[in-house]
Amino acid sequence: MRSKPRILIVDDELIIRESLTDWLMESGYEAQAVEDGQKAVEQVKQAEWDLLLVDLKMQGMNGIEVMQRVKQINKDLPVVIITGYPTVDTAVQAMKEGAYDYIVKPFNPEEIDLVIRNVVAHQKLVKENVYLRQELKRRYQFRDIVGKSRKMQELLVLLKTVAKSNSTVLIQGESGTGKELIARAIHDTSPRHKGPFVAVSCAALPETLLESELFGHVKGAFTGAVSARKGKFELADTGTLFLDEVGDTSPKTQAGLLRVLEEREFTRIGGSEATKVDVRVISATNKDLEQLVSRGQFRDDLLYRLNVVTITVPPLRERPEDIPLLAEHFLTKYSIENKKDIESFAAEALDLLMRYEWPGNVRELENVVERAVVVAMTSVIAPAELPDIVTGESAPVKRAAPEAEGHELPLREVEKRHIMRVLHAVSWNVKEAATKLGIDRTTLYNRLKKHGIQRPKP
Amino acid sequence: MPDSALVDSILVLPFGDFPEAVSYFVAGKVEERFGRAAHVLEPVALPEETFVPARSQYSSTLLLRYILARIPKTESSVIGLTDVDLCTPVLAFVFGQAQLGGRAAVVSTHRLHQEYYGLPHNDAVLLERLGKEVVHELGHTCGMVHCQERRCVMYFSNSIREVDAKQDTFCPPCARLASATL
Ligand SMILES: Nc1ncnc2c1ncn2[C@@H]1O[C@H](COP(=O)(O)OP(=O)(O)OP(=O)(O)O)[C@@H](O)[C@H]1O
Ligand SMILES: [Mg+2]
Ligand SMILES: [Zn+2]
Ligand SMILES: [Zn+2]
Repeated sequence: MRSKPRILIVDDELIIRESLTDWLMESGYEAQAVEDGQKAVEQVKQAEWDLLLVDLKMQGMNGIEVMQRVKQINKDLPVVIITGYPTVDTAVQAMKEGAYDYIVKPFNPEEIDLVIRNVVAHQKLVKENVYLRQELKRRYQFRDIVGKSRKMQELLVLLKTVAKSNSTVLIQGESGTGKELIARAIHDTSPRHKGPFVAVSCAALPETLLESELFGHVKGAFTGAVSARKGKFELADTGTLFLDEVGDTSPKTQAGLLRVLEEREFTRIGGSEATKVDVRVISATNKDLEQLVSRGQFRDDLLYRLNVVTITVPPLRERPEDIPLLAEHFLTKYSIENKKDIESFAAEALDLLMRYEWPGNVRELENVVERAVVVAMTSVIAPAELPDIVTGESAPVKRAAPEAEGHELPLREVEKRHIMRVLHAVSWNVKEAATKLGIDRTTLYNRLKKHGIQRPKP
Repeated sequence: MPDSALVDSILVLPFGDFPEAVSYFVAGKVEERFGRAAHVLEPVALPEETFVPARSQYSSTLLLRYILARIPKTESSVIGLTDVDLCTPVLAFVFGQAQLGGRAAVVSTHRLHQEYYGLPHNDAVLLERLGKEVVHELGHTCGMVHCQERRCVMYFSNSIREVDAKQDTFCPPCARLASATL
């Protein structure tokens, strides 16, 4: 690796070029200066630079244009805009166009020193991350899916095989376990990857809208249908249609879906002609479809069509080995996104992450890490930078410390913990918790009273 | 100045009515730190062409050029001393400037005075700061670049706090570099 960061100066004034070059060299950087955008572009093509300092007002190509040209060659090259006229507008524009920062001429020495140091530290992080990510990718990552636990490794093997085929896939797993991520990874590595990936959330729309969303409608099919509209099935032609929360569909929609899966054709709402489509369907659910079938809420012939291959994503608490890896993954992701130079978690912080139950699974972990990165005061994430729910300040739901494992808990305690965990997972939606626990609401209320479980104050 | 004894020595060049005693203090500090003889030259008037009206400051870059033109090439390093506020085309102010690996350097006491920060005059503080900045700039003429060690004289101080936080000596790695180039 080169030891001295290399800085390219672009300014049309000779005196500025000379004086800035001198100052940067004194500061231990390697600096070179060119007088216009054309020469800058040539330099960026020829050599490797860590930072460009570009004057905003120049004859010919101005600073913003130079930045745009340079970013076309190397989009990751940080550009700092130098301006002699500090109006808010130019500053805002520079940042909007992708400048790393801007500085006002003449510089306060303290300020330019800080800006350059920041860029250099940030670049180092980006480079290290590129390296780390390659390492990680090779071993424990497939597309954007990270996981080293045996369960996830097995899932990845299955995923890769499934991707090669054209079969319909059903992905099951709790909320936030990465179902959509997996669906995308299948599409992206399948022979259909050049075709579209279209996602529909079946839970987000009322029945009639969902139907027209999926199948499209002809002009005048219903009030409000002022023009004909293509449905997601048509839009996904030659690609993949991702049916999220498929358990939340009405019987009528289920019938429509069944027809597409069986006949490979559908009819727009209000229309009469059937349209053929070539679509692979991947669906996802956080509900137990078998159970819905037994209660008559889901068609068993549809389930049969959907689950040709079933991928079950384990909840995060069943694969704690993945927690450090995922936490690290999100740490780098958000450090870069927030331009912060955060290196790691303090041992105690990581320990807390390992012990927490993660009812919201990977999504919850991702949110916690993102927040920690934003609030972090130093390059190491401290326990105080984790939310109370994780540190146990307010969380009733914590896994026992590793040394306590193996101790048999009294049944009563097991029941209490299980109920709390489920309640937490569904954000205290008692109806949903009761369904999950397989008991009715009254029974659940009685158990809450028995165990003295109270809803935590927000 | 054809005197061959001056070769390899360091010349101290005061501008305007820079106090003579302070120039001699600088000469002493330089001999101590660089182990080379130092000579105080006759003061010269501050060249008016180095004034930058738009900034109401003097250009350290132009002052360096003036020094280089004035002192023949055969001579060794020169450190110019002035009391006026210095700036460069890109920096709002500088405590001093030097030619990296060259012959000339300049330092101003303007922002080293306690008065500049609204405090009562203090000679000891002024001399201590001046000593550090002189050694720093002459370090640059020896080809030395900024050091990350906060207490090292080659640390880049962009504020008076940082000047005060460092010492007027080289940290061990910088000292090795300095003795290699001297
Ligand atoms: N194994 C993983 N590696 C990296 N990131 C992951 C992993 N699993 C989940 N994520 C991330 O967690 C977040 C939630 O994932 P996703 O949206 O795929 O979950 P989901 O199962 O579809 O959740 P829901 O049921 O609530 O829709 C996303 O930002 C995703 O990138
Ligand atoms: Mg989802
Ligand atoms: Zn310096
Ligand atoms: Zn040093």
